[in-house]
Amino acid sequence: MAQKRRIGVYVCHCGGNISDYVNVEEVADAVRNDPNVVVSRTHMFTCSDAAQQEMIDEIKEKQLDGLVIASCSPKLHMFTFRGMSERANLNQYQYIHVNLREQCSWVHTNDKVGATKKGIHLLRAGIAKCELTVPLNAIRIETKPRVLVVGAGVSGMRAAISLADMGLAVFLIEREAEAGGWALQTGKMGPEAQDGTDVVAKLLTRINQHENIMLHTSAEVVSKSGSIGDFNVSVRLPGDETVSLNVGAIVVTTGFEPYTPQTDEYGWGAPGVIPLKDFRQMLAEADGPLMHNGKPVRDVAFIYCVGSRQLKSESCPEPNSYCSRYCCLATTYTATLLHDLEQKTGQPVNQYHLYRDVRTYGALEPIYEKARTGGAIFLRWDPSNPPQVTTEGDQLTVKAKDHLLGGEELEIGADLVVLATGMRPRENDTLNDILKIPESKDGFYNEIHLKLRPVETMIDGVFIAGTAQGPKTLAESVASSLAAVAKTGGLLMKGYVDLEPLIAKVDTDKCIWCGECLKACPYGAIEKVNVGEKEIAFVIESMCKGAGPCVPVCPHNAIEIEGFRDDQITAMIDASIKELETK
Amino acid sequence: MNKESDPKILVFSTNSISDPGIDLAGGAHMHYSTAVQVVPLPCSSGVKPAWIVHAIEQGFDGVFVAGCGGDCAFLSDCTPRTSAVIKKAQDMMKEKGINPKRLKMSGICSVCADNFVAHMNNFQNELKKLDANENG
Repeated sequence: MAQKRRIGVYVCHCGGNISDYVNVEEVADAVRNDPNVVVSRTHMFTCSDAAQQEMIDEIKEKQLDGLVIASCSPKLHMFTFRGMSERANLNQYQYIHVNLREQCSWVHTNDKVGATKKGIHLLRAGIAKCELTVPLNAIRIETKPRVLVVGAGVSGMRAAISLADMGLAVFLIEREAEAGGWALQTGKMGPEAQDGTDVVAKLLTRINQHENIMLHTSAEVVSKSGSIGDFNVSVRLPGDETVSLNVGAIVVTTGFEPYTPQTDEYGWGAPGVIPLKDFRQMLAEADGPLMHNGKPVRDVAFIYCVGSRQLKSESCPEPNSYCSRYCCLATTYTATLLHDLEQKTGQPVNQYHLYRDVRTYGALEPIYEKARTGGAIFLRWDPSNPPQVTTEGDQLTVKAKDHLLGGEELEIGADLVVLATGMRPRENDTLNDILKIPESKDGFYNEIHLKLRPVETMIDGVFIAGTAQGPKTLAESVASSLAAVAKTGGLLMKGYVDLEPLIAKVDTDKCIWCGECLKACPYGAIEKVNVGEKEIAFVIESMCKGAGPCVPVCPHNAIEIEGFRDDQITAMIDASIKELETK
Repeated sequence: MNKESDPKILVFSTNSISDPGIDLAGGAHMHYSTAVQVVPLPCSSGVKPAWIVHAIEQGFDGVFVAGCGGDCAFLSDCTPRTSAVIKKAQDMMKEKGINPKRLKMSGICSVCADNFVAHMNNFQNELKKLDANENG
């Protein structure tokens, strides 16, 4: 050990959550006489205000330079105790959190002796790591009060308006010639019967009137440099003009692409087999009875889950395993519109809805009910036995095994077969190359955590919203874009951002530049620099995520992650296995 | 219930993916042996093979890398990268006369509590068999 340290150790009872299953006094006793430990005691609740104040007083009084608290999972209180350390004038990165609850007491409620022994090992590993901590400072970056929103569908437009209302300057860009996205083609949408074009028109009016928003259509991102708080983005405008934008954050709302069935998938390609979108168009344009091929339409079969929740098979090697969320709503809502047309024209239309599970969740259930009570027939099929669509002349026949009739085969003659096609990730190769947002298995942009950090990406300062991150209804898209607005505002309204300093660090003596770390880094955080005669690797602080794929590939052990350094991990391993002294 | 004879396992977990999964086993009050101990890291692609070998040399019976799997927020190719680390570590283990079966890796997602507990139980059983073979 390099240097004598003054470490404080506090072991939490957590009421009894820990101390019922781990003898916390024995754990605190075991390390009390360790060479670098100045104080070791227990608290009923280390996170309580009173306990925190006592610890702060003791840290100051005993001039501690390291702190270890063994309590719950770091996900709960690591930041609590980091903040407490700072209030006690102790560098927050010299605080080490030991997980004595989720990873000890709660999984060993049947073995108090063993759990206590393990607790001592865990605590010793924490102390070993703490002994090797160095004071670190967060990396502070000044942020620019401007935002780039990529994609002017409803999500992007809604985000732009709210960001602009906060006083931030917003550049809203759209690849297509017209803002609005898919909402321009939806027609009336359930449950509130809003028309997509009206929604877009209202948003556009607000955007055009807003002095803080600049909208560019037929525009594309061509390059990006910089990092959180200070990005430089080049955007190509019509006529090959390129503008350079300096922004503090980027919100990506690039949307989805509708699924296109493969040839023969549910009869795709045959006349009369159409996607839901086209059927909606027919409905919207019908000024009398619904006609197809010059004949009135009497029977319509709707097939659900086309391109969604697919099973892997020879004909479908890369299935879309996700639910597209909007289709059950849109198709049951279509049923109600068709009922309305029936009422108006007096022409009866038989509707057969071939579904797997009707996912009209939440407040959407009444629409499904309205569809059923209006006379639409719902037939449930099993994914191992999907409906078959065949054609004879211009007569379409759908064969399906109805699950609820015990697998009875039904033949439905139909004038039209309407496929409720799902969503696919949008093809955005150029943008993906530029922004490097990680994608999920499904190919949509991936958030850091679905529930805890749903609009943030691994690229600091780049947020995602709407269907670019996965299938959503329009209401869900808008909710996520407002979440992205809140996160972006939180970042930029303060004027600066503090980044974790637990990132890669190059040992300039050992490094002889072989380029392995550069190849391993997906974030472009490594640069080659010259130091005197020597070429070495340099870490761009604001770009490094501290993930560490560069660490094991370095042939010279010249790069490591601060907070997870070689000496720290080795010391933790040693402390974890060291035999305990028997009393 | 832990017995003195339970093989000791060191687990490398990852802060944002597998560690929450392992925490969840605690939240659900599942049980695994007290001879299992976890060291959290940022991402499983950053595990150094030397740490694995060191752990075994210091007395751990096995090392389990609880990888981020397909959920890794840092790297879309986290699993192949972690596999490369495992491969390198197993080569080093062979050179040192350590049975490479003492190292195991599996993706543990942030809700994979059952999966983790099953892995620990199975791995301990395998390690017991290994010990019996190596000693007998």
